[in-house]
Amino acid sequence: MTTFREKLTAYLILGPFALVLAFPFYWMLWTSFKTELDLYNVENVPFFFGDGSPTTRNYEFLFSETQYLTWVKNTALVGIAVVVITLVLAVPAAYALARLSGRWGQGMGVGIFLTYLVPPTLLFLPLSYVISHFPLGGHAGLQDSLWSLVLVFPSFTVPFSTWLLMGFFKTIPRELEEAARVDGASRLRTLFQIVFPISLPGILTVVIFSFSLVVNDFVYALAFITTSEAKTISTGVFTELIRGDIFFWQGLMAATLIPSIPLALLYNLFLDRFIAGFTGGAFR
Amino acid sequence: MVAVAAPGARRRRRNLLESRRFLASVLIAPAVLFIAVLVGGPLLLAVYLSLTDAVGGTLGGPWVGLDNFRAAWDDPNFRRALRNTLLFTIASQAIVLVCAGLIAHALTRPIRGKWILRFLIILPWAAPVPLSTIGWLWIYDSLFSIVNWVARRANLVDDFNPPQWLGDQTLALAAVTSVHAWRIIPFAVVIFLAGLASIPAEVDDAAKVDGATGLRKFWYVTLPLQLPIATVAVLFGIVFTATDMTVVYILTQGGPFNSTQMLTSWAYFVGIRGGSLGEGAAISLFLLPLLVVVAVLMLRFARKVEVT
Repeated sequence: MTTFREKLTAYLILGPFALVLAFPFYWMLWTSFKTELDLYNVENVPFFFGDGSPTTRNYEFLFSETQYLTWVKNTALVGIAVVVITLVLAVPAAYALARLSGRWGQGMGVGIFLTYLVPPTLLFLPLSYVISHFPLGGHAGLQDSLWSLVLVFPSFTVPFSTWLLMGFFKTIPRELEEAARVDGASRLRTLFQIVFPISLPGILTVVIFSFSLVVNDFVYALAFITTSEAKTISTGVFTELIRGDIFFWQGLMAATLIPSIPLALLYNLFLDRFIAGFTGGAFR
Repeated sequence: MVAVAAPGARRRRRNLLESRRFLASVLIAPAVLFIAVLVGGPLLLAVYLSLTDAVGGTLGGPWVGLDNFRAAWDDPNFRRALRNTLLFTIASQAIVLVCAGLIAHALTRPIRGKWILRFLIILPWAAPVPLSTIGWLWIYDSLFSIVNWVARRANLVDDFNPPQWLGDQTLALAAVTSVHAWRIIPFAVVIFLAGLASIPAEVDDAAKVDGATGLRKFWYVTLPLQLPIATVAVLFGIVFTATDMTVVYILTQGGPFNSTQMLTSWAYFVGIRGGSLGEGAAISLFLLPLLVVVAVLMLRFARKVEVT
C-alpha cells in the first residue's frame, strides 16, 4: 500500500515540476489570445486580459494571412513520407539483424546505431551542396523542394529506428516463429503474418519517434528550403512570422501551440507503449 | 522446355529466400546502402572539405591540409564555442539528471490526476524545439519578459534596469542552458520510467522484508539498479544537446558578441553564412571525438544493462 505520506510527497514533487515545465505553454496560450494593445500596455497585469482581449484575431491572422496551413501540410506530407521510408528500410533490416544473423548482426546493428550520432551540422555542409546540384526531373537541383527533406531525414530516422526495433524483435518468443515454420509457412510469410503483427507496439513507437524527429528538425529545413510555399512549420514560423525586428508574438505563440498540444496528447497516450518499446529496444 | 524450367526457377528463388544468410542480406542491404550513401558519403565529403579551401557553391578547392583546423582553433570565437558546448551539455545534463530522477520516482506512485501531470511534464519534449524555443524567446523578451515582470513585482530586481536575459553575456549562457535542460527533462523521465519498470517486483519485496524504506531503499536498492539506465539517459541527453544548434540559433543567434555560440552554430555561421565551407566542416569535425567517447560509453553501459 502506498501511504498517505508517500502520495503527498509525490504531489509535492510533481506539482511544482508540472507547473514549471508547462509554464511556457500556459504563457503561449495566454499570449495568443491577447490584442496588440493589451500585450504592449505596460500598465496591464500580464496575467489578466484587458484592452479588448481575449480575441481570436491572432488565430485568424495565422490561418488567413500567413502560409501557416501550407507549412503544416508540408510538415505532415514530409513526416508521412519519411515514416513510410523509415519503416520500409528499418523494419526488415532490424528483423534480419536481430534474428537471422548471428554475432556480426549484433556488430552491424551497433554500427548502424552509431551513424545516428553523426551530427547533422557535420553532414549538412556537403549535403546542401549535393542537394542544390542533384539533377532530378529537369530541375537544377532539389533545393527548395520538399523532396530534399524526404530524402535526407531518413538518414537520422533509419539508424535510430533500426536500433530500437532490433531490441523489439528480440523480445518476440522464437517458438512462435518456429511453430509457423513447422506448419510449412515460408520465412517471408512468417515475417508478414506472425512477426509484424505482434511487433505493432514497437512499430508504433518508431512511427511516433520518427515523426517527432522530423518535426524537430531545423538545420536541414533551414539550409535546403528558402521559398515560403515549400517551408515546414519549424522554419516557416521562425523565418516568416519574425520580420526583421518585428515579432508577431501572438501569432508565433498560436503557431507553436497548435502542433504541440496534439503531439503531447499523442505522446502521453502512447507513453506506456513507448516505455515498453524502449525497455525492449534500448536495454536488451 | 520453358514450362518445365519456370517452376524450377521459382523453386530455386524460393529456396534462396529460405536461406537464412541470403534473406538476411536482402533485408539488411537497403538500409545499409541508404545509410552509406546519405551518412557515410557526406561524412567523407565533410572530412575532405575540411582539408580544402572550399567556399560556398563549390565542392572542393585547393588542398590546404590542416590549415582550416589551425585557423579554427586560433579563433577566440571557436574556443568560446567549444567551451560553451561543454558548458551547455554538462550543466543541462546535471539539472536533467536530478529533476528527471525526482519526477520519474514520483510518477511511479499510484496517484490521482497522474494523467494530466504526465501530460504537462511531457509537453516540452513533444513540442517541436524550433517552435517551443520561440516561446522562450518571448519569456526572455527584453521589455515584456514575464519573468522580469514577476521579479519586479516581488521587488527582486531593479525596476529601471531589469536583467537582460538574452542581452547579457552571462545571463544568456544561463538562458540557453535552461532551455536545453527544460527540453531534455521529459525525455529523461521517460527513460527513467522505463528503467524503473524493468526493476523486478521481487527486488521491491525483498527490500521491504529487509526493512529498507524511503531514503535508505532509494540509496541502497533503487539507485544502484537505476545507475546504468540513468547513464543511458544522460548519454542520449549529451548527444541531443551537443549536436543541437536550434536553441542557440533561435534564442540568441550566438550573441551577444558570439558569447553563446556552440560548435554547431559556429560551424553554421562560418560555413554557410560566411561561405567558408572548409573551415565550417573543420569546426563541426571537432565535435566528433567528443561524440565517439560518448558512443563508446553508451555501448559499454548498454551492455551492462543487458547483463542485469
